[in-house]
Amino acid sequence: METRRSFFGGLLAFGTTAVAGLLAIPLARFSLDPLWRTTSQVLWSDVGAAADFAAIAAPIKVQLTIEQRDGWRKVLSEKPVYVIKAVDGPPRVLSAVCPHLGCSVGWNETKGQFVCPCHNGVFAGDGSLVSGPPPRGMDELDVMVEGGRLKVRYQYFRQLVPTKEVLA
Amino acid sequence: MGRLGDWLDRRTGIRGLAHDALDEPIPGGPRLAYVFGSGLLFLFLSQVVTGVFLALYYVPSADHAHTTVAYIVKEVSSGSFLRSLHVYGSSAMIIVLLLHIGQTILFGSYKGYRELLWLAGCVLFALILGMAFTGYLLPWDQKAYFATAVGTNILAEVPLIGTWLKQFVRGGTDLGTLTISRFFVAHVFLLPAAIFALVGMHVFLFRKAGAAGPPVSAPHTTSESFYPRQVLMDMACACLLIVALGTLAWFLPSELGPVANAADTRFLPRPEWYYVPVFHWLKYWPGASAIVGIVIIPMLLAVLFAGLPFIDRGSERRPWRRPISVGSFALVMLGLVALGVASHLQDRRDPAVARQLAVQRDAVSAFMAEPFVPEASAGSLKVENAALADPAAADGKRVFEAQSCDACHGADGHGTDSAPTLVGMAAKYPNGELIRVIRMPTAKMSDGGMQPIDLSDPDAAALAAYVAGLK
Repeated sequence: METRRSFFGGLLAFGTTAVAGLLAIPLARFSLDPLWRTTSQVLWSDVGAAADFAAIAAPIKVQLTIEQRDGWRKVLSEKPVYVIKAVDGPPRVLSAVCPHLGCSVGWNETKGQFVCPCHNGVFAGDGSLVSGPPPRGMDELDVMVEGGRLKVRYQYFRQLVPTKEVLA
Repeated sequence: MGRLGDWLDRRTGIRGLAHDALDEPIPGGPRLAYVFGSGLLFLFLSQVVTGVFLALYYVPSADHAHTTVAYIVKEVSSGSFLRSLHVYGSSAMIIVLLLHIGQTILFGSYKGYRELLWLAGCVLFALILGMAFTGYLLPWDQKAYFATAVGTNILAEVPLIGTWLKQFVRGGTDLGTLTISRFFVAHVFLLPAAIFALVGMHVFLFRKAGAAGPPVSAPHTTSESFYPRQVLMDMACACLLIVALGTLAWFLPSELGPVANAADTRFLPRPEWYYVPVFHWLKYWPGASAIVGIVIIPMLLAVLFAGLPFIDRGSERRPWRRPISVGSFALVMLGLVALGVASHLQDRRDPAVARQLAVQRDAVSAFMAEPFVPEASAGSLKVENAALADPAAADGKRVFEAQSCDACHGADGHGTDSAPTLVGMAAKYPNGELIRVIRMPTAKMSDGGMQPIDLSDPDAAALAAYVAGLK
């Protein structure tokens, strides 16, 4: 009697474990889903047709629309950048975020300089630091031309440090 | 094993508990007919587990409910499978519940000091129907919305407090986001808590009364313990249930329809199959007669059902000697089946109805075929709307950005840590006052870091229009 009971006990334990183990697979996949979902943030944002920036004299401000996925929602945000002329190759793109304290740097047409309205940081037309409290020049963003479109990888950089360090 | 067992037993008394749980005598020996109670418990636990996991992604609000369920179904790994287990699990619970009740009535197992056990079971019956009803709304697709609109309309038929009751359940006169909140709280907190408590009571009262055994005239001479043979049968039943549900969920996943659209006046609501007989029954009671069909008759049936062990009091348990109780139950069941069939046939015979139902099925298939569309967050939309609203404001947005106002007041003028929101500023500084303070900030504004802005008159006017249009 005792052996029969422990045989059934073993059978039960095995059956329960097998069923529970099988059911655990979809549950684990379901709950771990966000972990193996690579961040679907759009790395390269469209700036415009590359030809439009071929012969620019002064910096052009462009509002990038950046789409970030946050689970079941998307967050659209607008980020200002400046497209400026390069010596050769595709145009350069500068982040409008001031490397001092993060204000939006404006282009002053009459002075031909970038001026940060917050603490009067002044940058030359190529983004290099002229005067004021910012620790470095304006931050240049990675660009590429794909299918005739100018694309930029929008990133944030650490403020208040002399070197350009990428933030998440 | 033995030493660990001793150690545990010393501290928990687990051997005594296991002995009490497993060695319960079953008069007449184990039977497959006894598996439905534990089958229900197993299904309920499966609903709890799948439900808790679904809540990892679900958001109970009219804005997000449908998007989050679509996300579960279309994007999350195993999401469609788990949701299907949950959806089909609710149907399985109704089926096994009816089998459990049928077995109890057929065997007369409610007799012999088992009135409270029966009553606890009746409350569980109602709670499970409540779970099915409240859960149905949560996906917030067309059929969920309209079926719940019909379902809650019935409450208005209750005398005296009907209108009040309907509004209480809905959280207002119409179905809306507050209805979802209420149904969610009932479905996820209140009803499950009540079910746990009642299951405890039901099992306790069952063990107190003991297993009833088969309905035979002579007293039972043989009995066998619950473990191992009955336990094995119960486990086999649980395995069969989960395999059946898993197969259904895998090969025929539950579908989600398009998002609820209250303005769709052509939509024909059809409830889940187990509510179809009741749904059809209501059609026979129009106008003033509704109170008879919707309130009085169901109440009468419920009272008779709950009162069964008080009415059928004799010691006779053999079904053929209790034609009234067994017969009435069979009659009600047959009546429900007949109503369900009648409803189905009626839908098929009316070409207009059949066409509309086909349109609705196609809409569900079309929605399921679409890829998942993420919901744009509210903040993203405002910027677009403000820019599009009026040309002057759109131009003002350009000025707003060119002057780097957004650096401090935020991309949509809603303020940041360094500067306040601009919403409502146009009202605070009317009649050109706004332009004046932008050009020449007040002392308080200057202290906060606001710079005087040098603007041309058209730019200033455009900026003022943009600020006035901010919401």
